[in-house]
Amino acid sequence: MVKPSRSYRVFQGVNGVVLTLVVLVTLYPFVNILARSFSGERQIRAGEVTLLPKGFNLTTYEIVFQDAMFWRNYGNTVLYTVVATAVAMVLTTCYAYVLSKKHLKGRGLLVGIAVFTMFFTGGLIPNYILVTSLGLKNSVWAIALPNAISVFNLLVMKAFFENLPTELEEAAQIDGLSTYGILLRIVLPLSKAVVATMVLFYSVSFWNSWFSAFLYMDRTDLMPVTVYLRNLIQGATGGGNAGAGTEQLSQVGANIQSVTIVLTALPILCVYPFVQRYFVSGVMLGAVKG
Amino acid sequence: MSTSTTSAPPGTEDPPEARAAPRRGKPDPAWTGWRRALRRDWQLYSLAILPLLFFLVFRYLPMIGNVIAFRRFEPGGSIFGEEWVGLRYVQMFLSDPTFWQVFRNTLWIGGLTLLFCFPVPIVLALLLNEVRRRSLKRFVQSVSYLPHFLSIVIVAGITMQMLASDGPVNHMLGWFGHEPIRFIQEPEWFRTIYVGSEIWQTAGWGTILYLAALTTIDEDLYEAARIDGANRWQQIWHVTLPGIRPTMVTLLILNIGAFMAVGFEKVLLLYNPLTYQTADVISTYVYRSGVESNSFSYAAAIGLFEAIIGLILITSANQLSRRTVGTSLW
Repeated sequence: MVKPSRSYRVFQGVNGVVLTLVVLVTLYPFVNILARSFSGERQIRAGEVTLLPKGFNLTTYEIVFQDAMFWRNYGNTVLYTVVATAVAMVLTTCYAYVLSKKHLKGRGLLVGIAVFTMFFTGGLIPNYILVTSLGLKNSVWAIALPNAISVFNLLVMKAFFENLPTELEEAAQIDGLSTYGILLRIVLPLSKAVVATMVLFYSVSFWNSWFSAFLYMDRTDLMPVTVYLRNLIQGATGGGNAGAGTEQLSQVGANIQSVTIVLTALPILCVYPFVQRYFVSGVMLGAVKG
Repeated sequence: MSTSTTSAPPGTEDPPEARAAPRRGKPDPAWTGWRRALRRDWQLYSLAILPLLFFLVFRYLPMIGNVIAFRRFEPGGSIFGEEWVGLRYVQMFLSDPTFWQVFRNTLWIGGLTLLFCFPVPIVLALLLNEVRRRSLKRFVQSVSYLPHFLSIVIVAGITMQMLASDGPVNHMLGWFGHEPIRFIQEPEWFRTIYVGSEIWQTAGWGTILYLAALTTIDEDLYEAARIDGANRWQQIWHVTLPGIRPTMVTLLILNIGAFMAVGFEKVLLLYNPLTYQTADVISTYVYRSGVESNSFSYAAAIGLFEAIIGLILITSANQLSRRTVGTSLW
């Protein structure tokens, strides 16, 4: 190759600077929130906290850890995530498997039924009325059932099933295995990769969700931690549940949000390095096949 | 995990040859076709029952449920409303000044989002594509994806912390001798905050598809362009950009389709009565008048209006792109 021109080398330099800025701008808020969560109240108010904690202390963490409601809500998030992901996986797998059978009569219609819902939805009010009249309010089903199938995930899984070798299934069929048997004993063991990816997709989205719970859960003790955080942000909850003295309460006001943000994001940040590439390949698959 | 596996004694199926055997003397081929398909694939169809029930109940029933926009609804009554009132609720919102304000706000925020959030991933992808060191490229990518994985509540929380009167942004303004700005309380700042945090959260993730599209461009095209004397910029203009055009168009259609549904959850988290004047959008107004004030029919009418405009937008964008550039979603 020819020696890169001078202007191109200048461009490379500028590019490096721009991308470094992108990285800094993306990361800075995280670092700052983390630093705040360990900092003293006075230093935060003075705007001294930037990259490192100032006036290091763990008071706010202690306050949050002592708050029974926080743990309750954190537990709810875990429960909702597990239940909703399980329901979603069963329904999505079944439908994706059916859709992947090219010979199936009416397959086009079945695909259409799912895909149409990507472009037109019933809207907030009819959904709210429906879930309320089904008596799902204040139960985990209000979160799990209305979001049981994400059409995007469905299409990713369908594409994966379509690429499995058909010979294995045919052989299993000749050996007398039923469709259910083939799905459970042949197809699913071969599909660990896509199943794992889907479990991640769903659990991350259920972990992060807040609006269904916000709509359908009336009692504080049923809320997931995202709604706990939302109430903190809106100032609806002060440090009221903390059961701490006034001195501690001012600490609460200053950085309890940061601590809650850190703790809510923590599980995601821990799995993030491992899940990222699955998400990336999932998005590509969905984009190509969808 | 095994809801649908209980009722299947294995091996009760006919062997394949027997199933395929044609029946004699049946007049209606379509009907026998279905009968045969059902007989052969009933187990597959049975797997589709629960998912179909899901789509029926939680996706299509609410679509029909929109008729309450034209019927008087009473809490606790039928989900389809009690009696026809025609276009009463439509007339109501058309003559409601708040509706027109939230309509304008929706257009503003949707337009600004499209204008700023759509091009950023393209530029970022082009820049990343010029990075030679693979490790560096991967690092930048990994970092830029991160905000996408966080809950919108966390993003809103971080945004508020950054913009708090004791937060980094105001701290920086202090260096220039500027008075602290109460960003979250000022209506004129809302759009900037919304679009800014949207870019922060979505830009990196948005590059994925463009980077994938970039890898599919034929190296020979660059070679040919170089031989023709094209410099770096001309190569980008004449080879790279045309190469990712289908992806750009597809994502543009999708963005236009989502135009009316402007980040409802984020607005709900970031706005407050002080900023309603610029922040309140159709969907948040629907939420407040429906769920908070119990005017379900009125809110459903507005929601339906919003959904129909959205549908019209995405269909016309699709048509337009099919005619002009030959790429379309369907």
